[in-house]
Amino acid sequence: MTLPDTLQTSFKTVLSYRIRSLLIVLAMALGVASVIVLTALSDGARNYVINQFSSIGTNLLVVLPGRAETAGSFLGSVLGQTPRDLTLKDAQLLGRLPQVKRYAPLNIGAAELSAANRLREVTVLGSNANLIPIRHMKLAQGNFLPHGTERSAQIVLGAKIANEFFPRSQAIGQRVRLGDNRFLVSGVLAPQGESMGFNTDEIVIIPIDYAQTMFNTTSLFRILVEAKNHSEIESAKQAILAALKQSHDGEDDTTVITQDAVLATFDRILHALTLAVGGIAAISLIVAGILVMNVMLVAVNQRTAEIGLLKAIGATSVDIRRLFFAEAIWLSLAGAFLGFLLGELGSGLIRFAYPQLPAWAPAWASIAGIGVALATGILASLFPASRAARLDAVNALGKR
Amino acid sequence: MIRLTAVTRTFHMGDQAIHALNNIDLHIASGEYVSIMGPSGSGKSTLLNIIGLLDRPDSGSYELDNRLITDLSETEQARIRREKIGFVFQSFHLIPRLTAAENIELPLILSGIAPEQRQVRVHAALQAFELTQRANHRPAELSGGQRQRVAIARATVMRPGVILADEPTGNLDHQIGAEVMSLLENLHRSGTTLIVVTHDRELGARAHRQIGMRDGNIFADRSDDAA
Ligand SMILES: Nc1ncnc2c1ncn2[C@@H]1O[C@H](COP(=O)(O)OP(=O)(O)OP(=O)(O)O)[C@@H](O)[C@H]1O
Ligand SMILES: [Mg+2]
Repeated sequence: MTLPDTLQTSFKTVLSYRIRSLLIVLAMALGVASVIVLTALSDGARNYVINQFSSIGTNLLVVLPGRAETAGSFLGSVLGQTPRDLTLKDAQLLGRLPQVKRYAPLNIGAAELSAANRLREVTVLGSNANLIPIRHMKLAQGNFLPHGTERSAQIVLGAKIANEFFPRSQAIGQRVRLGDNRFLVSGVLAPQGESMGFNTDEIVIIPIDYAQTMFNTTSLFRILVEAKNHSEIESAKQAILAALKQSHDGEDDTTVITQDAVLATFDRILHALTLAVGGIAAISLIVAGILVMNVMLVAVNQRTAEIGLLKAIGATSVDIRRLFFAEAIWLSLAGAFLGFLLGELGSGLIRFAYPQLPAWAPAWASIAGIGVALATGILASLFPASRAARLDAVNALGKR
Repeated sequence: MIRLTAVTRTFHMGDQAIHALNNIDLHIASGEYVSIMGPSGSGKSTLLNIIGLLDRPDSGSYELDNRLITDLSETEQARIRREKIGFVFQSFHLIPRLTAAENIELPLILSGIAPEQRQVRVHAALQAFELTQRANHRPAELSGGQRQRVAIARATVMRPGVILADEPTGNLDHQIGAEVMSLLENLHRSGTTLIVVTHDRELGARAHRQIGMRDGNIFADRSDDAA
């Protein structure tokens, strides 16, 4: 029997057992599709988080007071030492490090904003002019503390707040009251929406000195630092730690988080999640493989007389084995192909429904899904096919 | 030419040995028309299966066309079945999901014959057995006689030298049975060796050589002088 004839004959057989074939193909297809859709979702979530996190800055380092959990902090708390606060002086120190391009001290608080007969509570960021470029925020209009105006009472309004307070008129140049102080609106942020759970459309930004006075504090919440370039992030981190240690009397009481390290951690965790989700979905493929095996075994039983006949008219065991094997290959191929289409369709629908989520299945997942489907289908048919091939012709013919 | 020498075939059912064939010696020349008769369980089908290479003797030797078959490989035996032997069964053994034409085509496919040539030969076979009208019908849509005609067409489409028929009329009424027999006899007339197992004395008597079996032995072997 020639190979094309084997393929064609088994293809016709697959077609003639329509319902049986449809069910197997469906089981296979759903397995492949779920691998693709689930990994697309999970990888989409990974990319979403990574993008969000990348969008908050470039070569960013965050300095915060207190030592992250290490033996040192334990010792420190046992000895009754409280970590020293970060101060503006510390921030200026960092600005002089060669690896640092720019820095922005940060204080956060809440205050009442009033103007034009309106009043509402807003989140207040106190910082310097660098905050806006470091944090990748964009000004729709105006500016914030340009050179020479560092100590003037300027305020930048988030897009939504500007719109709320000055729906009809130009916000720039308006006077507003924040807490007990008067500010001059110098800029309006471009709408950015939610980023890392923080809505920049509903904040206001004022100079750090005013913020510290308003909140009656000398300590900083964070210092944001931008390294000169990507390769200097690590050395910047070391330099920052060393500089702060020196200024804090040799005490290691600050923590520096690099955006890179956080990104890498997220990436690793979410990648592992994608793998796990893909693996779980792949189990359904193995279940489909067992289904193929069962159905093929039933087929061998059902078609025993036919196998006997084929032998009587001159089929070799190899012919029979190949016929059944080819049947399983057709079923698995159809299942894998349909599953791929369904999976792509499914992830396309997800992207359509959630445009922010880049739900593309990674290539490895699609290839692995299809590969596992083909492999289990083929492996599962080996045993039934060889069982068919080994059937004794006379006994097989005797069966009806 | 078929030559069996001291062929035995024993089946074991539990601890009981059934001697289906008991030291059989048999020579059938090319072109003979032989009927095999005997009570149920006498070994007729077993004999036919061994001649048709579906079964192997436990001992003894089998020569077909001067070639010792007994120790050929499985693949070689399948090739001989394909090219030299045509089987016709009592229950037709057509594949239900295939049409008449496709059933007839099967041996040609197994032999690796090219599709265009297959079409020509299937067409000729359909015509020879007056099945052209039924070419695209499935077995379920055919009468018993038509089914057996399809089976005979399938058995002969490779133009084998030997036709083995195991009670070919067993599932047919008398008149249709007689028609099927005359189709087989036509084949014999064109030179094919024809071996028919039957319970029907009248049909058996039409063969030029009649073999009687009992308990795995050949107890009668009569040739018509008229032949
Ligand atoms: N596969 C088998 N296993 C066990 N015993 C078998 C087998 N095939 C045949 N036999 C036994 O061998 C003997 C001969 O069987 P065989 O089928 O050749 O008889 P037969 O002459 O064709 O009978 P019938 O006229 O009923 O078809 C019987 O006793 C049968 O039970
Ligand atoms: Mg019998």
